[in-house]
This record gives sequence, structure tokens and C-alpha cells, in this order.
Amino acid sequence: MYRYDEFDRRFLDERVAQYRGQVARRLAGQLTEDEFRPLRLMNGLYLQLHAYMLRISIPYGTLSADQLRMLAHVARTYDKGYGHFTTRQNIQYNWIKLEETPDILADLAKVEMHGIQTSGNSFRNITTDPFAGVTADEIEDPRPWCEIIRQWSALHPEFSFLPRKFKIAVSAAQEHDRAAVKMHDLGLYLRRNAKGEVGFRVLIGGGLGRTPYLGLVLREFLPKRDLLAYLEAALRVYNQHGRRDNIFKARVKILVHALGIEKMREEVEAEFAAMTTDKLELPAAAVNAIAKQFAPPAYADAAGDDAVLERLVSADPLFARWVKNNTHAHKQHGHAIVSISLKPPGRPPGDCSAGQMELIAGLADELSCGEIRVTHEQNLVLPHVRKSALHGLWLRLTEAGLGSANIGLASDIIACPGLDYCGLATARSIPIAQILGERLAAREEAIGKLAIKISGCINACGHHHVGHIGILGLDKNGEEFYQITIGGSDDQHAAIGAVIGPAVAAKDVPGAVDRLIDAYLHLRLAATERFPETYRRVGMNPFKDALYAAG
Amino acid sequence: MADSAQKLVTGNRLRDGVPVYFAGAGTWSPVVNDAVLVEAQAAENLLAEAQRGEKPLPAVGLELIEAVREGKRITPVTLREKIRAFGPTTPFGSR
Repeated sequence: MYRYDEFDRRFLDERVAQYRGQVARRLAGQLTEDEFRPLRLMNGLYLQLHAYMLRISIPYGTLSADQLRMLAHVARTYDKGYGHFTTRQNIQYNWIKLEETPDILADLAKVEMHGIQTSGNSFRNITTDPFAGVTADEIEDPRPWCEIIRQWSALHPEFSFLPRKFKIAVSAAQEHDRAAVKMHDLGLYLRRNAKGEVGFRVLIGGGLGRTPYLGLVLREFLPKRDLLAYLEAALRVYNQHGRRDNIFKARVKILVHALGIEKMREEVEAEFAAMTTDKLELPAAAVNAIAKQFAPPAYADAAGDDAVLERLVSADPLFARWVKNNTHAHKQHGHAIVSISLKPPGRPPGDCSAGQMELIAGLADELSCGEIRVTHEQNLVLPHVRKSALHGLWLRLTEAGLGSANIGLASDIIACPGLDYCGLATARSIPIAQILGERLAAREEAIGKLAIKISGCINACGHHHVGHIGILGLDKNGEEFYQITIGGSDDQHAAIGAVIGPAVAAKDVPGAVDRLIDAYLHLRLAATERFPETYRRVGMNPFKDALYAAG
Repeated sequence: MADSAQKLVTGNRLRDGVPVYFAGAGTWSPVVNDAVLVEAQAAENLLAEAQRGEKPLPAVGLELIEAVREGKRITPVTLREKIRAFGPTTPFGSR
């Protein structure tokens, strides 16, 4: 894992001291709320319905066990004993007191964490594949590139006040996209060109929110050494031409689609070509130095592990189900990637108690080389577990309420905090997720992979546009209604879902989802045909008929 | 506007963000029942009164919301304000 150097540590300590002074002045009445708001937001502190909410950055979703222990400490000491993992691979706390925030940030700085750039019109957390570095289908570990972009984009003086926030994702897997790259302002796929050189396929203009778009190809192949210069060129074009008169039209996706991708490409390439002395080329030595910090751990010899696992799987069907759904192929023989579900049916998606965090940190130290990943589906991952250790791990997770064998299934629902917490929400998300999770758990094995995603407002933090079944909460004359979209997908077959018809009342959502799933089960050609594939094959009408016929 | 709805002033407590309600005479309470509830035509005066006082005010983000009195109980009209007043509608956290 990347570790801060002395410069990073000093900067963070100075930032905490600066913020402590700002909070003291606010509490003493020397700063008004209007003056203070941008200062707190720059440190990730929002004011929500019930309290302040603090969002902590988890760069590219990678955590050390010590960092997770510190997150548990923050949950227990300063919040109500839990944290909420988000779709940006971050964590947020919903019950924070302003007067305690300097101490929280000081504690977090001890483990090289902070809330900088988790808000505002700046670069947000750089995200990536939660299986980065351990999956066999990637060209190379994308995290060194995420770290390079993080260092470049952190407090970048030229881009400290962009027209709007800017999200970047990087993926190196060749067949799968587990980072929702096409839904980002700027997406990077590590790819090999015809000469066998590794570089980046660059996409721009993706995003969800009130105007959802998939990213378009800006550059088919970008040499690695030019990564930062090219990003700088793209950001300069956005910074100069992006709209600042209307917050709803300020994201780069609006600019890209207003100009057209050809014109956008022309502008970026011209900016890139004009760079001479200011062209930032990445020296190989610097790249290698960062890459070294992501070197794989020294794996134990696991020669007999496959046989051990096979025996245990044969003996216990519940364990077998968990292995099937929650473990994934590792590039190292005898090892597995383990997904820990934070979606026990009936519980708020993404919530994790301090005790659970401490347990997972301990398990990471013991079984996963001290490393944990956060997924954009609001789950956690132990990336390096020996197969012979899986049964013991499963038992301990199950005892702590973390043994749900539902990764990728119907109860593995993404949901934003919604109207129960969020000041922007127009309807609740969590209760809908809880009802659906409980209702669908009994038959989710028969359904197979299904992505249900719920947002409590048009800002789409719950990624509803790219759910196989997406649910958007709306306020209609004081009543909660839910608009349903189908056919979305956030993977390598990314698609924006289509609205199926009139919104349904809150009480009718479970029945509506049931009818859509029943239609899918009836229509699919085989159990291997997933919901979006069935939708693409048969179109909207059979689903529409199923949903509204009963009404 | 809801039938027979009146208005009160709410905000979030500066030091910890807890929803609070203007209870008159420069005081604020986290209990919605303690709020001063007025007819719509007196609402702006109530807001102006709530905004007076030594800085910093104990509450931020002051706004007028609708509420109704049912017996001795004051209930905000909108779901959003009910959730602010009475908390999330679902248990939070995990085990």
C-alpha cells in the first residue's frame, strides 16, 4: 500500500491545525455560516437533516487494517457506533458534532486519512476495481496510476475551482468492468495497443444525476508517460468552457454532449499539442517508485488448499453457497478474493458497526495481508485469503452478522441514505431497500445475478440509472412515489436504464419489483441470461405489461 | 399548504447539528413540542425574532416550516420535517 512521506504528513497536520482554528472562530462567532460553509466542506463536513455528516476519503477504496480500526474508533467515539460505506468507495458518518471534528480529523491524520476533496467543485476520490492487483484478467495493477492521479489532482492549484465536481475511475481488467468506468466524468481503461504497448483508453463525459450519460471515447490509446499532461489538457478545456451559470448543467458531460465528442477531442488535442515547456511527462523512475509500494505481498505456499476447500464445500451447503457467491478467482494459486456483504437482508445497505470494522481489521491482519478494499456496491473485500482459511473466515463473519451469501444477488442492493438522512433527498431509500432485501432473499438464488439500485433523489447517489432494476424516489404533492427504470447496467455492457412508465406509490414498490422479476424469470431463455440481456432481447413492453397489468 | 397548518422556525444547532426549534425569548429546543407556533401572517416576524441575538446564533440554516397542533402535540407537516423532528424511520447501523 502507498504510504505518506514526511511532506504528506506535515501537510495533513498543518491542515488539521488550520481547520481547528476555523472551527474555533466559527463557534466564537468570528465567522458567519456563509463564511465557514466552504471551509468545512473542503474538509468533507456537510450539514444534513439530523447532524453534521463527515465524509472520509478512501483513495481507490484501499484500506489498511490500521486505517479500518481508526474508522471504527471514529464510529465509536464520535458517532453512534457505525459508519456508512458509500458508492464512491468512501465512508461517511451521519451523527457528527462540529465541535468534535478537529479531533476526528487529527485522529484520522494519524493513519494518513482525511476528508479533503470529498465535497465541492474539485476532483473527488479516484476509484478503481476493488479486485485491483489480485485478479488475473488485468494487464497490471491500476492502483499506482490511481495514486499518481491522486497526487496530481490533490489541491491542484489550476483546478481548485472547477465548474463542478469531477470524478475519475481507472480499471485494468480486460473482460470485466467492476469500477463503473463509463459512468465517470473521466474514465481510464488500461489497454494494450497493436504494438503491445500498455497505455490508456480515455473516456470522457459519463455521469448519472439528472442527465445520465455514458462516457465517450476521447482517445483510443494514450501512452502512459502522457497521462497527466493529457488529463491536464482535458481539464483545461473543461475549466475554460464548462458552464458556471447553472449548477445542473455544469458537469463535463453537459459540455461534451453540447460540443459533441469530435469537437471536444479537437479542443483537448489542441491543448495537449500546445504544451511545450509545461508538458508534464511522467518519468519512469517516479512511476516505478510508486508502483513498488503496491507490490504484491509474499503469498504463502498454498499447494494443498484447493483440496481442503473442496472437502469443506462438499460437507456444508451453506458454506458452499457463500463460496459460490462471495469468493472470486485470485491470480495466486490457492488464494481467493473474498467479498464481505454489508447487505444482510433487512438492514441498511453499506452500514458497518465499529465492532464489525474491528473484526474485519483483525481478520485482514490474520488472513489478508492486512488489506481491505471498499467496493462501489457498498461492500468490503479481503483481497488475499488462502482457500484453506475460507471456512473459518466464513464462520467468524457469520457470527458477526457479516456472512450473507448474496454478492451480486437481488438483496445486494445499492441505496443512498435517502430522506432518512440526506438534506437533498426527496424520498426514502433505505426502507425500500430493506423491504425488498427481506422479500427477495428467499428466492434470490433462483433469480441469479440481479442489480437493484435505489436513489432518494435525482442526484442518483444510489446509481439507479444503471440498475438492472432502478428505483428513483420522488415527492409528488407530499407523497413518496418511485419511478422505475429497467435495463441499466454499470459493467462492461454499461447502459442507462429506461423509464418503464408512471411512478408507483411507496407501498406498491415491492409488488412492482416482484412482477418485474416474475416477468424476467418467465421471459429469460436460460438461467444464465441476465436481466439486462433479456430486456435487450425482448424490449420494454413485456415488462411494462407485467408491471401495470395488475394495477 | 396543509389545512390549519401554522408555522414555526427550525434550524440545526451550530455545535452539533441537531435539529432545533425556536421556543421564544432567544431560546431553542431540540423538542418540536417546545416550538412557538404562529399563524402564517405572523411567521415572518417570528423568523426575524429568531434571527436576532448575539452572534453566533445557537442555530444555523433557519427556516419557517409548516406544522399542526393536535392536542398537546406539534407535528410538522412534511415527511422531511417529521424525519428531522422524530429521527430516521428505520433503525440505523448494524450489529
